[in-house]
Amino acid sequence: MFASSAGIPLLKKRAQLLQQLRAFFYGLKVWEVDVPVLAEHSVTCPNLEAISCQLGGSTHHLQTSPEFYMKRLLAMGSGDIFYLGKAFRQDEQGRRHRPEFTMLEWYRTGFTDQDLITETLQLLAQLSPTTPVSRCFYQEVFLQHTGLNPHQAEACALEAFAVQSLGVSFTGEPVDFWLDLIFSCVVEPALPDGIVVVEDYPACQAALARIAPNAEGLATAKRFEIFWDRLELANGYWELNDAAEQARRFAADNQTRLQQGKALVSADPKFLAALEQGIGDCAGIALGVDRLLMRLEGCEDIAQVMPFADG
Amino acid sequence: MASFSTNDFRGGLKVMLDGDPCSIIENEYVKPGKGQAFNRVKLKNLRNGRTLEKTFKSGDTLEGADIADYDMQYLYGDGEFWHFMDLATFEQVQADANAVSDALKWLKEQDSCTVTLFNGVPLVVTAANHVELEIIETDPGLRGDTATGGTKPAKLSTGAVVKVPLFLSTGEVIRVDTRISEYLGRVNK
Repeated sequence: MFASSAGIPLLKKRAQLLQQLRAFFYGLKVWEVDVPVLAEHSVTCPNLEAISCQLGGSTHHLQTSPEFYMKRLLAMGSGDIFYLGKAFRQDEQGRRHRPEFTMLEWYRTGFTDQDLITETLQLLAQLSPTTPVSRCFYQEVFLQHTGLNPHQAEACALEAFAVQSLGVSFTGEPVDFWLDLIFSCVVEPALPDGIVVVEDYPACQAALARIAPNAEGLATAKRFEIFWDRLELANGYWELNDAAEQARRFAADNQTRLQQGKALVSADPKFLAALEQGIGDCAGIALGVDRLLMRLEGCEDIAQVMPFADG
Repeated sequence: MASFSTNDFRGGLKVMLDGDPCSIIENEYVKPGKGQAFNRVKLKNLRNGRTLEKTFKSGDTLEGADIADYDMQYLYGDGEFWHFMDLATFEQVQADANAVSDALKWLKEQDSCTVTLFNGVPLVVTAANHVELEIIETDPGLRGDTATGGTKPAKLSTGAVVKVPLFLSTGEVIRVDTRISEYLGRVNK
């Protein structure tokens, strides 16, 4: 068999979506950058593994997102930019994952996370005007389903909850791990229908977002995620622009990698140099285009919307 | 026995979980964009037939289970064990009451059935989907009454009781679907 997992009618819908996305940004005077997908450095995040290959005698990596290149452009004074292209992640395979997928990522100078949420919802409303939208804080939705405050709960309390409600048999993991488990296996499946924005992630999951106190004075990450019918669609940050803090987080990532027996990843010096130069105040977001199309077309398996997802 | 990582978990794979052999039914990969990856796995415990759901860290491994199904002929029961023979190898195995419990009421000597061996020992015996058995006890047949659609209980030679149409009588042989304990038709001899 030679045919694609997604048929011609769906692939035409896909083409239309790519065109709509580009039109949205060109309309806002956000310009498109097609940065490399193959590069010398990769991300330190312990939960992301790049696909590596040999190039001219040295190891290179298919990029897990265009973030580092785009921030280098921001430091060069690019202004507002977007990327619409491929990203790659090792070992991610399932009904909602493929190792190669299409990502839309954009950066808006002078925006806060709130501004970016508004803009993203405008984009989604253009694509699907009748889908209901709701917003909540990570803390409130986590508390609602577990009775635990994600910003304060200790690892042992989260573990006890996970063992009781999910019957897991692993123990002794850090807070961040339990939050991932409980959020994705308990909270996410209980999110309401429609588009749901979840704001103010726990500080230990800040990744590349800045940290600020919430209304109750608890340190939270200025990071949000957007779900559509319980499918994670996008992940946005009010970007961290402090090079020293970023370098500390990279080092902490590698510490975690060491503990988990994973290969260490050297921090991208050009990215850190760009942060030192300064990327200004900005917010950025990455959105999974295949998943967006899944929801627009009512598909439950990502292979149904991708050309040749099964080879 | 080889061990299998969550990436290898596919429907039908037999693995060991907490000392029991299990068959994987479904494996869902769950991963927040920036977070830890998990696999939510649905398994069937082959010892007791129960379905359970278990969450693993992606990359975790389970031992494979030495378990396989064989077509065998039921020979006889001696009160404590039930004996079966593989018609290809003529090897005989004996199953205990636990293993034959569900199948017993359908097993007639010399009938073929499926024996699931776990480490070489019968774990479960499954009767053939369709078996032919003689009625040994039922109310007298109402000759000619094939239209009213009524049923009555009938006891079969193996002890099973199924509902049969009113026109059948003792001594007749019927075909039964063992999965749903339902009468399928009369066998003309």
